[in-house]
Amino acid sequence: MSFFLETLLGGLMSGMLYSLVALGFVLIYKASGVFNFAQGAMVLFAALSMARFSEWIPEWLGMDNLFVANVLAFVVSIVVMFAVAWLVERLVLRHLVNQEAATLLMATLGIAYFLDGVGQAIFGSDIYKIDVGMPKEPVMVLESVFDGGILINKEDFVAAFISAMLVLALTIFFQKTATGRALRAVADDHQAAQSIGIPLDRIWVIVWCVAGITALVAGVIWGSKLGAQFSLSTVALRALPVVILGGLTSVPGAILGGLIIGVGEKLSEVYLGHYVGGGIEIWFAYMLALVFLLFRPQGLFGEKIIDRV
Amino acid sequence: MSGRKIGEVILDLKNISLSFGGVKALQDISFDVREHEVRAIIGPNGAGKSSMLNVINGVYRPQQGEIILRGEHFANMNSYKAAKAGLARTFQNIALFKGMSVLDNIMTGRNLKMKANMLLQAFWLGPAQREELEHRLKVEEIIDFLEIQHIRKTPVGRLPYGLQKRVDLARALAMEPQILLLDEPMAGMNVEEKQDMCRFILDVNDQFGTTVVLIEHDMGVVMDISDRVVVLDYGKKIGDGTPDEVRANPDVISAYLGASH
Amino acid sequence: MFYRENGQFKTSYKADQQIFPIPQDRWVILAIVVFAFVGIPLLVDEYLFRAILIPFLILSLAALGVNILVGYCGQITLGAGAFMAVGAYASYNFLIRVSGMPALAAILLGGLTAAAVGIVFGAPSLRVRGLYLAVATLAAQFFWDWAFLRIKWFTNDSSSGSVSVADIELFGWTISTPTDKYLFCLGILVLFSLMAKNLVRGSIGRQWMAIRDMDVAATVIGIRPMYAKLSAFAVSSFYVGVAGALWGMVHLGSWEPAAFSIDRSFQLLFMVIIGGMGAIAGSFFGAAFIVILPIFLNQMLPLVGSLFGLEVSIALVSHVEIMVFGALIVFFLIVEPHGIARLWSTGREKLRLWPFPH
Repeated sequence: MSFFLETLLGGLMSGMLYSLVALGFVLIYKASGVFNFAQGAMVLFAALSMARFSEWIPEWLGMDNLFVANVLAFVVSIVVMFAVAWLVERLVLRHLVNQEAATLLMATLGIAYFLDGVGQAIFGSDIYKIDVGMPKEPVMVLESVFDGGILINKEDFVAAFISAMLVLALTIFFQKTATGRALRAVADDHQAAQSIGIPLDRIWVIVWCVAGITALVAGVIWGSKLGAQFSLSTVALRALPVVILGGLTSVPGAILGGLIIGVGEKLSEVYLGHYVGGGIEIWFAYMLALVFLLFRPQGLFGEKIIDRV
Repeated sequence: MSGRKIGEVILDLKNISLSFGGVKALQDISFDVREHEVRAIIGPNGAGKSSMLNVINGVYRPQQGEIILRGEHFANMNSYKAAKAGLARTFQNIALFKGMSVLDNIMTGRNLKMKANMLLQAFWLGPAQREELEHRLKVEEIIDFLEIQHIRKTPVGRLPYGLQKRVDLARALAMEPQILLLDEPMAGMNVEEKQDMCRFILDVNDQFGTTVVLIEHDMGVVMDISDRVVVLDYGKKIGDGTPDEVRANPDVISAYLGASH
Repeated sequence: MFYRENGQFKTSYKADQQIFPIPQDRWVILAIVVFAFVGIPLLVDEYLFRAILIPFLILSLAALGVNILVGYCGQITLGAGAFMAVGAYASYNFLIRVSGMPALAAILLGGLTAAAVGIVFGAPSLRVRGLYLAVATLAAQFFWDWAFLRIKWFTNDSSSGSVSVADIELFGWTISTPTDKYLFCLGILVLFSLMAKNLVRGSIGRQWMAIRDMDVAATVIGIRPMYAKLSAFAVSSFYVGVAGALWGMVHLGSWEPAAFSIDRSFQLLFMVIIGGMGAIAGSFFGAAFIVILPIFLNQMLPLVGSLFGLEVSIALVSHVEIMVFGALIVFFLIVEPHGIARLWSTGREKLRLWPFPH
């Protein structure tokens, strides 16, 4: 039982990171109808930026305070992600307005490659540490309930808390601010939003900025756990089935879908994997997504009207 | 009109009802089409005319009603069955294959009649080559008929609107349909283009004996070329008969003619 | 002789329906093919065969397949690498498990197996498109990556996970030297290109393009989307599968599943975008571009760097490489969605009118 719970928790933790990436997908998709394949590349880019600036800034300023360095690096990384958002809108999206979805998808694939290349050219391609002071030691909990208790990382709880805060902040942003309302208007109907004077290009920049921030948060959490490294870029591919499952237009769907996939991967690997040689977490999520595509293409929470033939 | 003879009922629509969610696009509509006639469907915007055509050739599936084509009942009409049964259509917003040349667009209309399998096609073997030539000849006849020889190799995206409409008609004619459904074939054309299009429609009807069902906004044109007219308004049928009868129908006058003139 | 269409009249539709209606084009293509078969083997050294020409030929074949699906039928695929893998492993298994199986037959059977798998994973295209279809094809990619790594039967229980084949034989001709391999692949590519051209100019090709351009209108004409789409998946996967079999059994000789990773899938898609969607020649342009660019950058960047006194590391070159690919994808999608092939044909049209453009 405690083994099951540990597996479950492990799944929830990786699922949470999928959720963060999926959230980035959903935000951009809702506002611009673009499926952003580059979200994973943005996570990598942000993580590399965070890791390297927190290393470089103390060198440049000749100081030794880890906290200040981290804060400064975080701020610089936000600026960097905003710059990425602005450039993407300026150089790419603006020129592809009204193109087919498939074209836009391929364009973001190009952006992903470009970001991967630039990021590694500037920041390097080793594994870099992100040390934001997350507690690393494992703790035993629930020892009174189960024999032996279950082993968990404090880090995971901090990460879960930070993700929840981010989602909360985003919700407030969307519900309570004028910009948030404009974003929702655009998500509902591009043309109607434009006709009441909402500037589409600015909205797109903002939404890419927001996606950049979620990428940064995901990058920092993941990077502090596993180090900032190229494999982060492939997280977009791991999180893709999440949005199929949750629905491309649904924020709760992205969160829940991420958790389901995270847990499903771990449980299936542990309990089914050894029957077929292991490693099935690589395709488990995709097969689940495939089933959804055939029987419920709009996902769990997506809008009914989807791109059907 | 010349020596063509209007025959028996070829297409019979019975109690067709169609709705999208809560919106009733068509309510209990029945009418028939006789062989070789030119049958018009008119009505104000949003009357359900295009929906009617889409029901006839199986793009939309009505919730109620049935379609009887040459005595055969079609409960579940779909586009493929309709095409096989000899129905062809043109589109209100031209729906040509924009990446293909005029010739290839029209050749697609021959698709159902081309039988060579993929292997024969891949090696361009005798039967495939012969078939391609045969159908090319037929398509060239249609190209001559519609006077579009000069543009046969042009990608359709580059053509002006009026010519695109003509290519749309050519593609439908390439199917050698028994019934031709035309969705506003003259919309957006100037007077000269309209005259050309009228002539083509009447020639098709006359020379090939093709039955024509058309939707058109230009009342002058409709009254000139059609044998019988059915009038829709808000998804209901409010009139049916010869142009003169329809013109005299008080419901039609108040709903349609009265409103738009 | 000027490159002119004027004054050349076709007196039959048959003449008009040729692949290259302009005689000059015919002669040029024929000359290129003859040169490729006779001239190149006399001129080129082993390194060039291995590093450039053989990969170019095989990737051109795979790109042709992807182009049929993406460029002609308008369906997206991010799983072409998996179908290459299916082709490679299937032909490997046919070769080693069926005694007396001729190598060529094994390669073609590998392609047919890939076609069958392609139909299965293409089935979602009947209900979904765009991103949703991309996910279905990615599912194929990840599933087959896993299957060839973990299911030992596919690799004949080899302990390392890699498989290898001896030099294959074709009617008594042992294909062992790079020149042999080059000629064998060239022969297959020429034949398959001709078949592809015939398909896309015939009835089935028109069905694919009709579905791509306007699927509602296509069904109204009596084109069945199911037949058109699945046949495109099948033909495409067949080409990609044969390319995979050649890549494994002829080019590499021994290989691991990583040879057909998702990077390969992306690379093939990029070839088609850069080369030209919906143009047979585009597949060759794209493959050539993607094979040559890394080699070019490897040679050029250190030179450019040394001009400025910078040392350019191998890692940096590879980063610049993916940057350039990414930027070019975006560039072509924005500026010329029909890729190099369209630039080429525009240039040719200009030449046709030269020197009096009006």
